[in-house]
Amino acid sequence: MIKLFLSLEWKSFLRSASFGKSLAIKILMGFFALYFIGMFLFIGFFMDKILKQVFPDIDPLVAFNGLLFFWIIGDLLIRFFFQKLPVMTVKPLLTLPVKRKAVVNYVLGKSAVSFINFLPLFAAVPFGIKLISSGYNTSTVLIWILVIIIITLINNFLNFIIESLSAKTELSFLPIIVFVGSLFALNHFNIINVSEALSKGVTSILENPIFILIPILILVGLYIYNFKILRDKLFLDSGLKTKIKEVNASNLDWTKNFGDIAPFLQLDLKLIWRNKRTKSSAFMVLIGLFYGLFFYPQPIYQDMPWFFLFIGVFSTGIFLINFGQFIPAWDSGYYKLLMSQNIKYEQYLKSKFTLMAVSVVILFVLGIPYVFFGWKILLAHFAAAIYNVGVNTHVILWGGSFNRKKIDLNKKAAFNYQGTGAVQWLIGIPLLILPLGLFALFYFLIGFEWACLILALFGVIGIVFHQSFMKYITAKYLKSKYKMVNAFDQDN
Amino acid sequence: MITTSNLSKKYSGNLVLNIENLDIPKGQSFGLVGNNGAGKTTYFSLLLDLIQPSSGQIENNGILVHESEDWKPFTSAFIDESFLIGYLTAEEYFYFIGELRGQNKADVDTLVSQFEDFFHGEIVGQKKYLRDLSKGNQKKAGIVAALIGNPEVIILDEPFANLDPTTQIRLKQIIKNLAEQQGVTVLVSSHDLMHVTDVCERIVVLEKGEIIKDLATSDATLKELEAHFAQTA
Repeated sequence: MIKLFLSLEWKSFLRSASFGKSLAIKILMGFFALYFIGMFLFIGFFMDKILKQVFPDIDPLVAFNGLLFFWIIGDLLIRFFFQKLPVMTVKPLLTLPVKRKAVVNYVLGKSAVSFINFLPLFAAVPFGIKLISSGYNTSTVLIWILVIIIITLINNFLNFIIESLSAKTELSFLPIIVFVGSLFALNHFNIINVSEALSKGVTSILENPIFILIPILILVGLYIYNFKILRDKLFLDSGLKTKIKEVNASNLDWTKNFGDIAPFLQLDLKLIWRNKRTKSSAFMVLIGLFYGLFFYPQPIYQDMPWFFLFIGVFSTGIFLINFGQFIPAWDSGYYKLLMSQNIKYEQYLKSKFTLMAVSVVILFVLGIPYVFFGWKILLAHFAAAIYNVGVNTHVILWGGSFNRKKIDLNKKAAFNYQGTGAVQWLIGIPLLILPLGLFALFYFLIGFEWACLILALFGVIGIVFHQSFMKYITAKYLKSKYKMVNAFDQDN
Repeated sequence: MITTSNLSKKYSGNLVLNIENLDIPKGQSFGLVGNNGAGKTTYFSLLLDLIQPSSGQIENNGILVHESEDWKPFTSAFIDESFLIGYLTAEEYFYFIGELRGQNKADVDTLVSQFEDFFHGEIVGQKKYLRDLSKGNQKKAGIVAALIGNPEVIILDEPFANLDPTTQIRLKQIIKNLAEQQGVTVLVSSHDLMHVTDVCERIVVLEKGEIIKDLATSDATLKELEAHFAQTA
């Protein structure tokens, strides 16, 4: 059975429509994997030395166990963002004589052998070998490694439970933040000293190996719980009976003030507000808005005025970047309809432009309190905002004409990379790097104020030539119409 | 109304559609039948300029569809679910289409109210997004949306599939009425020979991209079609 499943998956990998592209991504992932292996090996080999430096009086193994808690928390966070439960197309299997149990066990078993679970071994094994060579009891070290493996697997299955919870909520990263945050807080404020308890627990396992049954039992419990969640999902009606939310339609008549782009503006606003993925990109605006707070309070950045503009471009343009990079893929689900309707492409694009430009202005206004960290920051943000409106909006619309990847709006929101292609990576260069480079250049040549003025001037030029830019961009979209219709028709 | 000449479509050397000449006069209800892969949807997609012809052209009311967009104001279509906007309610969708076609809300309301019995109370006023409707109801919404704005040409791909019997009968009346009383040119494709012969005054059979039969519907047509498809099977 497992052999059959494996061959099915191999075929789905080889025969997927975007095989070439996803292969490139896989190669890139391969490099990342090698990098992480290297890092972990490095940590493993030098762990004893590092620990000796930081905790000179404590035995390295005990010191490591003391840090175990933070390692678990970090591991959980990383897993949440990067590890997904392996998916399998189960619908066709449901009516075939395949036991549901077998499918679930296979999916869970496959997750247990994922790369991320092997990573800790690259650190633990060299560390263990060094411990043995420095006089530790071999069996103690082996049990310790076993404990590490079990903890890794516990994390593995715990993560899926958290993920299944988060799939149900609107703000998808809330559960993980709450879970990890409360664990950390409990520990930090010494309400329950989790990290010490953990360290003691591991020590007692090492002293008395029979206690290893406790983590094993936890692991089995988590596995069974996961098994239950998954098996319930395997029934077709759980997929069929979708929760239908009542619509509360809002009257968007005020958009009429924008003239002939009103229908598209209404459509775009509904698009953003009624789909999970677009909604979360609207929430990203908050992150962008507070982005400056990561930098400005730190004195080092106060002496790097050439960097202000970058933050300005980012924090006033976060919506522009987030929303703009997937134009027109947001509308990919009904692109054929738009193309056969009596629409003016220019109005369609202008609606997107208006949305982005307005967002930049709003974000700039909301970011005015940054003046607290110095008037230069406000000036840089102002220049950045004008640059965003005049140049970046056009650049990102232009880049959109190269989008060939469909976005399924019904899919979950967080860390969904569907629709991401080379365009999304490349567009970052003119969008962020170019203004930063220009600004830095003029800053060092003729000074801060002049640099701001020149960047703002670029923006003004962009605004002045808005009409002709839009004409050019519209022609670009028209030219790639057939390619887009075709590409948006395919599932990737 | 619609003149097709020397039209062909090739996919990597494979000829999927080859129509030398096809004339559809104004106000005709035109049926397109054929087995899977015969080229029905390809023809409709070419008609809507969603794909490019390999050679030849289609003229819609004197306008070359792959060169000008001026055919759009008087042409409407419902090909598949990708013509629906899932995150809108049916009303919002109708208004949106209406606005693109120069109709205000009152115009749209008047039109849609004529189809109350077609909707069977399951579409309008439901406070549901289109993506949450059943396949059949989605189809109904899409078909009615294609009637908004007094189009002169209406293209419906497989309109009868997924519909319940009552709705099929009502849809047949709607289509007949459009062609006979309002002079609308209706293009319909279907796998259901009975429905097409009921609705269309002219039926064209496609096979592997070629027109092999062009019939004016009469009492004998259904028999003839059935005999034809029984034999090719």
